[in-house]
Amino acid sequence: MNAPTSLTAYTPLMDRSADFPILARPVKGRRLVYLDNGATTQKPASVIRAESRYYEESNANIHRGVHWLSQHSTDLYEQGRERVRSFLNAARSEEIVFTRGTTESINLVAGSWGRSVLKEGDEILVTGMEHHSNIVPWQLLCQQTGAVLRVVPVLENGELDLPAYRSLLTPRTRLVGVAHVSNALGTVNPVADMVRLAHEVGAKVLVDGAQAVAHQVVDVQALDCDFYAFSAHKLYGPTGMGALYARYDILKDMPPWQGGGDMIHTVSFERSTYADVPQRFEAGTPNMAGVVAMDAAIQYVQDIGLAHIAAYEHELLDSATEQVSALPGVRIIGTAAQKAGILSFVVEGIHPHDLGTILDTEGVAIRAGHHCAMPLMTRFGIPGTARASFALYNTQDDITALVAGLRKAQKLFGTGQ
Amino acid sequence: MSGQHSDLRELYQEVIFDHNRHPRNFHAMPDASHTADGHNPLCGDQLTVYARIQDGVVQEASFVGHGCAISTASASLMTEAVKGQSIADVEALFKDMHAMLTEAHPEERDFGKLEVLSGVREFPARVKCATLAWHTLHNAITQARDTARTE
Repeated sequence: MNAPTSLTAYTPLMDRSADFPILARPVKGRRLVYLDNGATTQKPASVIRAESRYYEESNANIHRGVHWLSQHSTDLYEQGRERVRSFLNAARSEEIVFTRGTTESINLVAGSWGRSVLKEGDEILVTGMEHHSNIVPWQLLCQQTGAVLRVVPVLENGELDLPAYRSLLTPRTRLVGVAHVSNALGTVNPVADMVRLAHEVGAKVLVDGAQAVAHQVVDVQALDCDFYAFSAHKLYGPTGMGALYARYDILKDMPPWQGGGDMIHTVSFERSTYADVPQRFEAGTPNMAGVVAMDAAIQYVQDIGLAHIAAYEHELLDSATEQVSALPGVRIIGTAAQKAGILSFVVEGIHPHDLGTILDTEGVAIRAGHHCAMPLMTRFGIPGTARASFALYNTQDDITALVAGLRKAQKLFGTGQ
Repeated sequence: MSGQHSDLRELYQEVIFDHNRHPRNFHAMPDASHTADGHNPLCGDQLTVYARIQDGVVQEASFVGHGCAISTASASLMTEAVKGQSIADVEALFKDMHAMLTEAHPEERDFGKLEVLSGVREFPARVKCATLAWHTLHNAITQARDTARTE
């Protein structure tokens, strides 16, 4: 990998309009300034092509046909698994389960591992900055098993209260659920340290990697986590596609979650036996085109290099933070020392939704609201934030447009003088 | 000036800014005969609407809560508009407001001051901001127990 040091946010990583067709389309008569990448990223032409080429050249059901096309499709599907393995640096490809995305990955762990292991009085520890998808599955599991949900507090700067985390870890803790990168604040959590501490009390750790995988190198063996979940669509890949990494010695003993075709070994009306992992967790005909397109998306970021992407986006974030916080009446929500890709803020006298509408008329797409992290908004005493989130195709021009749009909103509302 | 900008001015008229900055009847009402909570889960807007209704007439209406400029102004304007109206008139106004905010060609009607909210129609993502208070008042009057959800 090339050294990322010489790179600045003024050096484009790629050919913007050739690689991302949608960025060439105007919105409301203006250049599209897409800063809602935390919600979903745009797709490179290579990903769009991979998906259509799959249907044009390779489509057949996998793992069951004796014909050539079925074997070809199966090969592509398993090649996608190997791609994800190498992307996360998992030890073996059996540790990768394809899912519909991060949410389904977490629900799989809660529904299979959680329901078979947890007992009354056990504890699940999540953090105060989790996305609803890393809260609600555990709440449901607690209702089903009598386990108790505990929460690691968030400090004023958007970092986790690590001394509190240490004291909340007890032999009763069976699982820790933590976001690698907070979707609402951009905080990068010290996951490797948190895993080490959790393992000392015998707890497993699930990392929600939805906002991390597109922005930094992820190595599940270095993190030493037990589960790692992510979605393809926040990684320049297709929607409705994602994966779960689960450590082999845990995954192999997990009971089936959804029943159906492809996940069985034998079926009779008296008793069925189940397939080995990972097929045990892939019931039904899977999203084969999605796997192929996700493979292409990972290849796309690997070709540019995640270290490069991280360095470039870091410059963008620093620049945006500096310019936005220089505006009068603006408060940045989330000022952690380690951040990635996300700038969340509130503007005095202007509700985030009004900001979103006004920026939209300038062609600037941001997210406004609670970012599926209502407990976190409550913690900061705000109904929501405006969030600009960055991707590898964003530029200094995009930040200039964001700042101009914010000035316009302040002028319209007669604030910010 | 391009079309989008005139739309934006249509949406954010001075009256809206005025009611956003200085919402009218913005207080709880301990002696309310009717009350309901409204919540827009999409954006987190939350409000409580109060009404004191006597002999089938709204004597007074008020609200508390937080939301965007559109939702706050709509609630504020609503509390002024329904004061002194019969329940039947308020329910008819609720229906007409809903049509004015959501339909391309609503029936002609003189909405008076409420007309300033009509610009919302051009911003489909914001219609629910404007209707939240009205759904909540409707629930308060009809004593529906659930939190209003702008649907």
